[in-house]
Amino acid sequence: MRVALFATCVNDALFPATAVATVRLLERLGVDVDFPPEQSCCGQPQYNTGYRRACEPLVRRTARAFAGYDHVVTPSGSCVAMVRDNYPRIGAKAATEGRGTGLADAALGLAPRVYELTEFLTDVLGVEDVGAYFPHTVTYHPSCHGLRVLGLGDRPLRLLRAVKGLELRELPGADECCGFGGTFAVKNAAVSAAMAEDKLANALGTGAQVLCGADNSCLMHLGGTLRRRGEALRPLHLAEILASTEDDPWRAA
Amino acid sequence: MTGTFLGMPAFPQAAERAVRDGQLRANLRHATHTIRDKRARAVAELPDWAELRAAGKAIKDHTLRHLDRYLVQLEESVTAAGGTVHWAADAEEANRIVADLVHATAETEVVKVKSMATQEIGLNEALAAEGITAYETDLAELIVQLGDDRPSHILVPAIHRNRAEIREIFAERMADWGRPAPEGLTDSPAELAEAARLHLREKFLRAQVAVSGANFMVAETGTLVVVESEGNGRMCLTLPRTLISVVGIEKVVPTWRDLEVFLQLLPRSSTAERMNPYTSLWTGTTAGDGPSEFHLVLLDNGRTAVLADQVGRQALRCIRCSACLNVCPVYERAGGHAYGSVYPGPIGAILTPQLRGTTSPVDASLPYASSLCGACYDVCPVAIDIPEVLVHLRERVTEQGGHPMERAAIAAAGYVLDHPALLTAAERLAGRTRALHPRRLPGPGRAWTDTRDLPEVPAEPFRDWWRKNRP
Amino acid sequence: MTSRDLILGRIRAALGEPAPPEEQPLPRHYLTTHAPDEPAALLDLLHRNLADYRARVHRCTDVELPARIAELLATRGTRTVAVPPDLPPDWLGAVTAERLADDGTLTAARLDAVDSVVTGCALAIAETGTIVLDAGPGQGRRLLTLVPDHHVCVVRAPEQVVASVPLALPRLDPARPQTWISGPSATSDIELDRVEGVHGPRTLEVLLVTPA
Repeated sequence: MRVALFATCVNDALFPATAVATVRLLERLGVDVDFPPEQSCCGQPQYNTGYRRACEPLVRRTARAFAGYDHVVTPSGSCVAMVRDNYPRIGAKAATEGRGTGLADAALGLAPRVYELTEFLTDVLGVEDVGAYFPHTVTYHPSCHGLRVLGLGDRPLRLLRAVKGLELRELPGADECCGFGGTFAVKNAAVSAAMAEDKLANALGTGAQVLCGADNSCLMHLGGTLRRRGEALRPLHLAEILASTEDDPWRAA
Repeated sequence: MTGTFLGMPAFPQAAERAVRDGQLRANLRHATHTIRDKRARAVAELPDWAELRAAGKAIKDHTLRHLDRYLVQLEESVTAAGGTVHWAADAEEANRIVADLVHATAETEVVKVKSMATQEIGLNEALAAEGITAYETDLAELIVQLGDDRPSHILVPAIHRNRAEIREIFAERMADWGRPAPEGLTDSPAELAEAARLHLREKFLRAQVAVSGANFMVAETGTLVVVESEGNGRMCLTLPRTLISVVGIEKVVPTWRDLEVFLQLLPRSSTAERMNPYTSLWTGTTAGDGPSEFHLVLLDNGRTAVLADQVGRQALRCIRCSACLNVCPVYERAGGHAYGSVYPGPIGAILTPQLRGTTSPVDASLPYASSLCGACYDVCPVAIDIPEVLVHLRERVTEQGGHPMERAAIAAAGYVLDHPALLTAAERLAGRTRALHPRRLPGPGRAWTDTRDLPEVPAEPFRDWWRKNRP
Repeated sequence: MTSRDLILGRIRAALGEPAPPEEQPLPRHYLTTHAPDEPAALLDLLHRNLADYRARVHRCTDVELPARIAELLATRGTRTVAVPPDLPPDWLGAVTAERLADDGTLTAARLDAVDSVVTGCALAIAETGTIVLDAGPGQGRRLLTLVPDHHVCVVRAPEQVVASVPLALPRLDPARPQTWISGPSATSDIELDRVEGVHGPRTLEVLLVTPA
């Protein structure tokens, strides 16, 4: 099976280990992974800040970069939500503004082929035990877009429960937002920080060693707060846990 | 940094003050978490909640698509049942109509049922200017009125006050407005409720004019519906000779049968009850029972402008249950006052800028008062996609050219992101200079680094790893 | 131009093209009832839900009713009891308290000094624990059941008990003023915690009456 990796701009530039882990995990499961280099950003930060027109070139670029792939997999729920929910809206608005249906066609052509990593694993590959080994205590924060827009449900937890050596600790108030929210983190910094504080109090209360998530932008916000406070709790993307094996275990960078 | 830079005016500043107020945060956290869990249980009792929600949405959308027709039908039904219908294009006209109706009774006092519409138009202040005293009779509204305060929640306007603060307000202020609080009043909720009962009863028994809103108006029958808990609504709707109801035009539903949907959706979403203690339904006037004179003031005040926006108009489906406030992580920490409007929380963040426009600093900041987490959309009983409308309104704010620096940054980033060679170069540059990156940023970046470290920039971007390892 | 014309004009302008006459029937895929279609089970459900919101619920047969009403009023210490003019006369057959039949002149102030009120109802909704009054036979004017602090309400089962809100509405006449009552007066205004008893009757007693 030939699959395109949509690494996302945040992972490409700031968290390459997550993208590398995604590649290794998928390859281990027998997937032939490709990385179309024309890809860049899905346009979510621009769109969610109110610059819809500014992300139209990125809609076109993303659709072009992944043309011809049956499956596009990305380790970021919020970028999938952007493509699935907002690309068709952007296309439809362009059409109502009299700028043709090209953008809408591109959006609708791409959206159904894009999968969040845990969806791809459980729904397309049909696996829950990916053969991973991770001998640490872990608590899982389900990011809002994965939880509510994509409806990932317990997919990430099912994958984590099947990891050998991993002890899962339930996160109280798991479905509450961590306070990242893209430019919200800067425009409403005080509220964003207060939300992170409460989320981290819950995470630290579990006593887990690792705070796992499936969206590095949320982990960047929570991890940045943890580091500022000198906490030992380590934020880590789910892909890196699933890529870890007994032969090649995860090591802190 | 200037007030408008990166769109950081009123809401963020007001919210920041609220975040630092430990008492307020504790009050809000306690109250919102209590009701949140109860609502989830009340909703889980109905296996057909999704279908009820879909029906509620569809009925409201249908009504909005034919709003002119249903309002004319409502007017006919109410008139035929003995009521008088008035139309108010804006707040000033609505206030004028109500003041004139009160003057015509020669009374100088009115009792009020809690109503968002009359708060929106500032009716109490307008009546006061005409020499008419309006007494709020809902317990929370009473707390707000006695405390010279502003409401901070749609359903529970005094949610920002805890029992100790309420006791203090009653003990100190009730005497200025009528019967004083009992000696030795404690902060037990039952005693506080009893104090309100005694204080207000004398007002109910002598009132000749009442002002209310309505939760629903049925076009087919001319029936108005008020949903409440305490019985103050029943008092106001039943005892006075004259009843004046000020209701937003979007509150109409087509048929009597439609109530079967909303009387299931509303109580479970708002107070998390199977049914609220009291629901009053009346159609015009009834000889010998209740007010002999009934006036309905239909209020536009910006609603038709909302209707004109095909994305934003879904906000007019709102039935004012406040479920979105109770689950909102931003509301929970910022409190209702930060929204600068009688409509706080997620629904306020999309309703206020549509009703008032996005030109003032606070109104332009409201669409950004959300992390877009979507919890509000999940619980909305009429499926208002609040995140969608928020983003839509953000676009309206950026189009009026409010954030020039931000716009320039977005344009620059857009250019780089659409040119992968440039992007790769930028990523590599960041990697090579990473030892020089500061922990704390100056300027707008400070908003990030005040409480958070920046992520460490990796030695090489993923692109370069791919090129080397998967040639 | 009147404000009426102005507002209707704004609405038409906002909507643009007149909407097509009706597209599809509105989706009403929700359930008509969530409760069992069995009178005894329905009555139990009504009992539970009324009690859950702090109404005091009693059961008796129609033969026992006069004695039960007298007992409830005596226990309460009721000296004066207001009643609608057309309350079935035998209901108060055993009552010793002073009776005040509302001939349409009872004022709120007068009722404020009355201890109790006894009425029937239009119907009761089991799923929500709701009593509906519509000023019909044996119910009286709205103020009668509002001002006194103690309301005794008689529900005749099975004929007055319906399962759900969707089954209740078709049986009610929109032209009549209605009060739907689910437990005694309450408020959640202090810390969003429910407390019973504000302005309406603070004690609601419901008598569920079945044929002997």
